[in-house]
Amino acid sequence: MKALVVERQLHRFAAARLASALAGTGAAHGLGPLRLLETEPPALPSPAWHRIRPRLAGICGSDLHTVDGASSRYFEPIVSFPFVLGHEVVADVLDGPLAGRRAVLEPVLGCAARGIDPPCPACQRGQKGLCERIAYGEVSAGLQTGFCHDTGGAFAEELIAHDSQLHAVPDELSDEEAVIVEPTACGIHVALAANVVPGEVAVVLGSGTIGLTTLAALRRYRLPRTLIAVARHPIQRSFARSLGADAVVSSTELARAVRRATGTLAFERDADELERLAGGADVVLDCVGTAESITEALAVVRPGGRVVLAGMPSTVKVDLAPLWQREITLLGAYTYGTEHVAEPARPGAPAEVLARPTFDLAFELVRSADLGRLVSASYALEHYEEALRHAGQAGRRGAIKIVFDLRRPAGSWRNPEPATAADAPLVADHSPTKGAS
Amino acid sequence: MSPRPGFVLEVDRSTPPTLFWHGENFRLERLPVGSRVVYPPEPLVPLADPDAAIAHALEHPLGDSAPLSALLHRGMKLTIAFDDVSLPLPQMESPDVRSRVIEAVLDQAAAAGVDDVVLIAALALHRRMTDDELRHALGKRVFDAFAPHGLLWQHDAEDPDGMVTLGETDEGELVAINRRAAESDLLVYVNINLVAMDGGHKSVATGLASYDSIRHHHNVKTMQHSRSFMDRHHSELHTSNWRMGRLIAKSLKIFQIETTLNTATFPDQFGFLNHREWEWGLKDRAAFHTVRAALDRTPAPLARQIFHSVRAPYRLTSVQAGEVEAVHEQTLEHLFAQQLVPVQGQADVLTMGLPFISPYNVNSIMNPILVACLGLGYLFNLYKGKPLVRQGGVAILSHPTPWAFHPVHHPSYIDFFEQVLAETTDPLEVEKRFEESYARDPWYIHLYRTSYAYHGVHPFYMWYWCAHALDHLGAVIVVGGDRAAVRRLGFKPASTLADALEMAEDVVGRDPSITHLHTPPLLIAEVS
Repeated sequence: MKALVVERQLHRFAAARLASALAGTGAAHGLGPLRLLETEPPALPSPAWHRIRPRLAGICGSDLHTVDGASSRYFEPIVSFPFVLGHEVVADVLDGPLAGRRAVLEPVLGCAARGIDPPCPACQRGQKGLCERIAYGEVSAGLQTGFCHDTGGAFAEELIAHDSQLHAVPDELSDEEAVIVEPTACGIHVALAANVVPGEVAVVLGSGTIGLTTLAALRRYRLPRTLIAVARHPIQRSFARSLGADAVVSSTELARAVRRATGTLAFERDADELERLAGGADVVLDCVGTAESITEALAVVRPGGRVVLAGMPSTVKVDLAPLWQREITLLGAYTYGTEHVAEPARPGAPAEVLARPTFDLAFELVRSADLGRLVSASYALEHYEEALRHAGQAGRRGAIKIVFDLRRPAGSWRNPEPATAADAPLVADHSPTKGAS
Repeated sequence: MSPRPGFVLEVDRSTPPTLFWHGENFRLERLPVGSRVVYPPEPLVPLADPDAAIAHALEHPLGDSAPLSALLHRGMKLTIAFDDVSLPLPQMESPDVRSRVIEAVLDQAAAAGVDDVVLIAALALHRRMTDDELRHALGKRVFDAFAPHGLLWQHDAEDPDGMVTLGETDEGELVAINRRAAESDLLVYVNINLVAMDGGHKSVATGLASYDSIRHHHNVKTMQHSRSFMDRHHSELHTSNWRMGRLIAKSLKIFQIETTLNTATFPDQFGFLNHREWEWGLKDRAAFHTVRAALDRTPAPLARQIFHSVRAPYRLTSVQAGEVEAVHEQTLEHLFAQQLVPVQGQADVLTMGLPFISPYNVNSIMNPILVACLGLGYLFNLYKGKPLVRQGGVAILSHPTPWAFHPVHHPSYIDFFEQVLAETTDPLEVEKRFEESYARDPWYIHLYRTSYAYHGVHPFYMWYWCAHALDHLGAVIVVGGDRAAVRRLGFKPASTLADALEMAEDVVGRDPSITHLHTPPLLIAEVS
């Protein structure tokens, strides 16, 4: 089968880092760690594992980091080389209980997927993303599918998935909607990690896929008084507005927008431009993860406020003086698991706090906010260089989410029609609990 | 030779190109044959002895006022309020007429033994004046005598202890003014009446008032029903101020001093601006080409600095003092004698070249909101009777309209442009959705009180000034402006006047009638 494989060759990572720094994402073609190879499908470690065939596979920021050689070396012990990239995927299930159905992969490789029993404390709490056993068990080290040698990844014609990772896709959901479920689950987790309470001012830095799904989740599950989004490109601004941002601003406008929303005073430098806010937003959700964005977040959050780091960072140089002096809480938000949301247990009942799998919430949000529209363009696996380049320049090129389309016959130039209830090859109901362990 | 009155030229094939102001530069534009150009009157002959005229006015007051000398006595509390840096435009050569008048008032106060005297710059919600600006307006002698002793104040509309509520008008308008002025035995107000909008009861009722008071007339409804601001008997803005002023006059003795200037707006090196193009002599042509060539090579900030250092050779044409309304009626007569130009009928298209300065960017940047206000708030309203352009017509403004703001002077303007105009340009919606939050914003209030910032609500007023024009016009086109900034204003950008005229035809039809307002120097078109 064809697969986009990342090999552990340090000189290739270094070359990719240099090339991407000089010429942008995707520029390291031929030099970097990524290669399109003919490989054997991964073996099934146990009967709880099944073969799945990707239909659409989204390109994530973490994939681009890897391709560009920009990932932190922190990840080295929790990935296993060589691995096939790709973890945002809607696929046809080829065997097992969901055989014949479409399913979305929950890629985190927690205790259940690793056959570890009893599970670690985090997995017992349903916090799969915080699993302490991600380098142990019956598959090789890997925090997620797409970074694990034994499981394969979604940028291939086939991979394997554990029962606990598969979520059946309801037939009314198109492939485009289904492939956005995983990043939506991330956005929900970020939004809920921020613990926004009604009346607060929240800022979302970045309006890529995670920024936009976070916005949608904040609007769905929390009630900030004012929700400010920072966006660079027209398409991002447009989506941010439509997903519920009260104000959409550029980075240069952010401090003034936060000042207006909060009515705070500011410190002046030589009675000149607005230098720094005296107060600020209650919470900033950084969906970028660079030194600049973290600095920006620290600059506009109020004393005692929270900064949620959702964008994948690497080694950054940041002045933490404001974090110290203003007693700002900086917390990470990685993947998903179980969320606690206040909602009626049944229609008409009073709201109560319920523990629900993030993916269940994500399926609902994708539908209610029509998030399938975030999928902007698709590429055949053979055209991965252009796909990665497009993903790296998505906003600038009027796109949000770029996906690989593995539905088309090999060699076909035609884009297939989006999958719908009518043409979905197999039909199954999505049950919030079914398939999610 | 007596000065010639204003003039309406009909453009023919022999008419030379017409000079358009274009910010800190100029454009020479060839208007279509048949277009009309409205030129301002030449400067009236000024008063030969301004100081004697001032002394005479103080001793021969109008209305039911006693002479100033009779109103002054030992032990009294005297406050002298004066117009701020927004007048005149450009700033006039020294001595500024305010310094002449205030020195004359102070001489009389000293002679009467008055020792409790405070000067107040009547800022309303404008920015505070710098020491240099105060020194220029008041003259060095007055500044040095008062400022070091803390007796030269700048009105602070947000000082909770410095304001006092006098009551409400019959229309329910709150009247709150400066406490020092309200509690004085006599308030002398010193005006420069550059245009007919200035002066009268507006001086105290606006210049020394609070936001909660000013909002009763600085709002969209009032502005849309002020037709025009230059015609006080048809201006809701003035009607409201008059109601407030009459209430103030019941509890406060006001001695109003108003002055008018001629239209000698530019010094000799810019003499071509005072002359009509077909009468340009060799000197005018040489000056124009030299100035424009230099400006073409000058960075915008430097050009701005050069223009703002220009001092107008304005001369006094009248001074009158006494009771507010009697004084103001006579002031208007003098103003109209200088500025009124009869114009027959309205045009489909009105073209205007906008200069580098408006009342609110003295020593500052003409930001896009001020461009809109100058064109649609001020110049559009330079009429009595009917606007120069018909209902549904097109206004074409010429200005570079840079997306640039003075961060100290106009902080809330930046937010207004980034937030409010990005959402809506409808004045009523702007007012309803955003005014209150900007007006009460503690940061803007802090900057207004302690820095040199216009009040947070001020950009809203600038937009409301445009409300009548926005209601009246079918389209607004800006020639040579920053396209993004022009679009943010809700206007259409055009590269050239020819393009703009073609675009205007889409709104008003083919072969439109065109009138060009050739100002400054200032004029008021009396449109029949």
